[in-house]
Amino acid sequence: MRFDTVIIGGGLAGLVSGISLQQAGQQTAIISTGQNALHFFSGSFESMQEVPKRTLDLFAGAGIRVHYSPGVRLTPLGTFREAALSLEDTSLFPTPRFADKILIVSFAGYLDFFTSFLAEGLEKQGMSCRICVLNLPELEKLEQGPSEVRSVQIARTMDRIWEKVVQEIRALLRDEDTVILPQVFGLQDISVPGRIRQGVPARVVFAGTMPPSVPGIRTQMLLKQRLRVLGGTYLMGDEATRANIVDGKVHSIVTRNLGSHCLEADNFILATGSYFSKGLKTNPFSIFEPVFGLDVEYDEDRNRWYDPAFANDQPYMNYGVRTDAALHGLHKGKPIGNLFVAGSILGNTRPDLGSGAGLAIRSAQVAVDQILSL
Amino acid sequence: MKLQEYTESRHNFEECMKCTVCTAYCPVLQVNPLYPGPKQAGPDGERLRLKDPWFFNYALKYCMNCKRCEVACPSGVRVADLIQSARIRYDHTKPKLRDRILASTDLMGKLTRPVAPVVNGVTGLKIAKSAMDAMLKIDHRRTFPKYSGRSFEAWLRSHEKEQAAFPEQVAYFHGCYVNYNHPDLGKDLVKVLNALGVGVQLLDHEKCCGIAMITNGMSEQATRHAVHNIAVLKKAVVDKGLTVVTTSSSCTLTLREEYPNLLGVDNSAVHDSLLMATRYIYERLEAGAKFRFRTDFHKKIAYHVPCHMERLGWSIFSERLLRMIPGVEFTLLDSACCGIAGTYGFKKENYEASQAVGEPLFEQIRSVNPDIVACDCETCKWQIEMSAGYSVINPISILAQALAE
Repeated sequence: MRFDTVIIGGGLAGLVSGISLQQAGQQTAIISTGQNALHFFSGSFESMQEVPKRTLDLFAGAGIRVHYSPGVRLTPLGTFREAALSLEDTSLFPTPRFADKILIVSFAGYLDFFTSFLAEGLEKQGMSCRICVLNLPELEKLEQGPSEVRSVQIARTMDRIWEKVVQEIRALLRDEDTVILPQVFGLQDISVPGRIRQGVPARVVFAGTMPPSVPGIRTQMLLKQRLRVLGGTYLMGDEATRANIVDGKVHSIVTRNLGSHCLEADNFILATGSYFSKGLKTNPFSIFEPVFGLDVEYDEDRNRWYDPAFANDQPYMNYGVRTDAALHGLHKGKPIGNLFVAGSILGNTRPDLGSGAGLAIRSAQVAVDQILSL
Repeated sequence: MKLQEYTESRHNFEECMKCTVCTAYCPVLQVNPLYPGPKQAGPDGERLRLKDPWFFNYALKYCMNCKRCEVACPSGVRVADLIQSARIRYDHTKPKLRDRILASTDLMGKLTRPVAPVVNGVTGLKIAKSAMDAMLKIDHRRTFPKYSGRSFEAWLRSHEKEQAAFPEQVAYFHGCYVNYNHPDLGKDLVKVLNALGVGVQLLDHEKCCGIAMITNGMSEQATRHAVHNIAVLKKAVVDKGLTVVTTSSSCTLTLREEYPNLLGVDNSAVHDSLLMATRYIYERLEAGAKFRFRTDFHKKIAYHVPCHMERLGWSIFSERLLRMIPGVEFTLLDSACCGIAGTYGFKKENYEASQAVGEPLFEQIRSVNPDIVACDCETCKWQIEMSAGYSVINPISILAQALAE
């Protein structure tokens, strides 16, 4: 099967590339081994201090509502991080002290939202907090069995009963100026967070939860839908196993599900992510990129891959595949002319700095520009 | 570097990073609080079961084996395989009469064929449905598949000579549904392949792939079927050098993946020669073969990707073939489970959950309002026809309809 561009990796970098190329009239296919880092998304596209108009257009086209207001966002642990571009329901504040009195609301049975951590962090900034746990019979139903009550299960219920939550919060509110809720709203119906904000007579801030990330899943659903509407192909649950390289150029990709049926294209984008999604693999002796065998930048001495102090900067998180300035992947030092690398496989993405989303978008756009200018 | 090969865990369960992504995509977890969910039932539970089988949880029977957890898993854990193989290994309760009836698709087909019109009439009656509900716990709200008076095998045997005359040949694993319920799909396949100059042969007596046996606690019978089928498939693939085509995504997944992964039956000699007919046809066209299509075929088609097709990763072939037909207005539906999961939705205890799982899909179909829903799975067809009220047709039959005479 033949495409203009085949993209390996279905996360943010892959989807942004696919959508941009489809919009430019190309036929693209995305190969995605399982779900991606958007499922752990904070709600803010960090390291996007400047946002090109076309990024905003791409989100608008997909129906993803974002706002650009440089400042800080609240983390699930009650700390603050710099951010500029966020989903509409992820609040950004000019300074960490964004309120005086805060009501933190969670739901009985939901264990993935850490209200005390939040309160502790916020009180350090001089804000006073009161924690309330709502008992909702609709959620008790979820708890009947041994099943796991995760953000997504709650979010599905909340899409139906959010009005009731608004009523309950109105009854709970005393003199607080701000209400913090877990980010479990608007999974299917993206208007819900906005309507909650309208219904509650105080500022409503949605704070991140443990994964899976509800705003992240919503974002990926919308991006995938957009790709599909534009005619792009998304091969879910397949895995690129190897590449056929002819005369220094990628000719085609072999996948686990398609076997002998190779995917051919003029250009290829490698956006398979880092260790978690197996874009980079390790064994006791080396760190390697499994599809093309691209050169990987890492320390020969394994003892220097990591710092025994867990919280320190871990060198292995900075390792990634080597590219030239145009983001061509390097194989034994030589660039592969029709292969571009995007996203966190490039290295230097650090979860502690939250730099993944910004790198994904920006490198995807570099790759797309290269391909379209060819 | 062999180290990682030696340390590979059963169904890759040690690769689980506890990321919980699978729980977001499990259709059962969304509607049935009694089900522990793929993460707990799969890799988490496996850890405990390895310590002591006492930890086996009978609620694993609520798993539909739709494999959406596996498709979603970023770490390559075969979550559904873990759950089904735990059921095979630890659940020794004898299957109920009802489950044995539901699982024995080819036996039921053989028994009913001589009296098909009577059976079709009776299973449509309210009183019979109530009786089956009361006695067997097969839900009375369910519409039953109709049986055909003449099997597909008998039909194809009567056309053996003309099929043998085609310069190229494939073998067809038709499955129980085509043989006993819907021979027309098999006939459509023959028509479409003949149009490409390819003749169709039967295998040397295939048996039911056994998928329903696996999920109904009859893995020993399923294994016997698997051993038999692999022997029969080898005759076609190894001895005669034929490709074997199929028209059911679930039979295909079972033959290709469940045999080695769940039943421990080696299929490596035939694995790569077992193809969905849509893939086979697409590859023929890519190699230069041509169809002559009708010019007056105008249909709005919404394509539903069955769960097992999603797991196979081959829906792209059906999609491309349908898009190729002139006059087709094509919509790809969101990939979502229809809720029936083979025999699962027939059971009284699962009926409500089954309908609730499928509702978003039914809703989307209603909003698209197509002339035809296309789908490669027979049980999805029953569910969607019953619950959304749209006619569901296999892509092969749609191709057959669209071909110029």
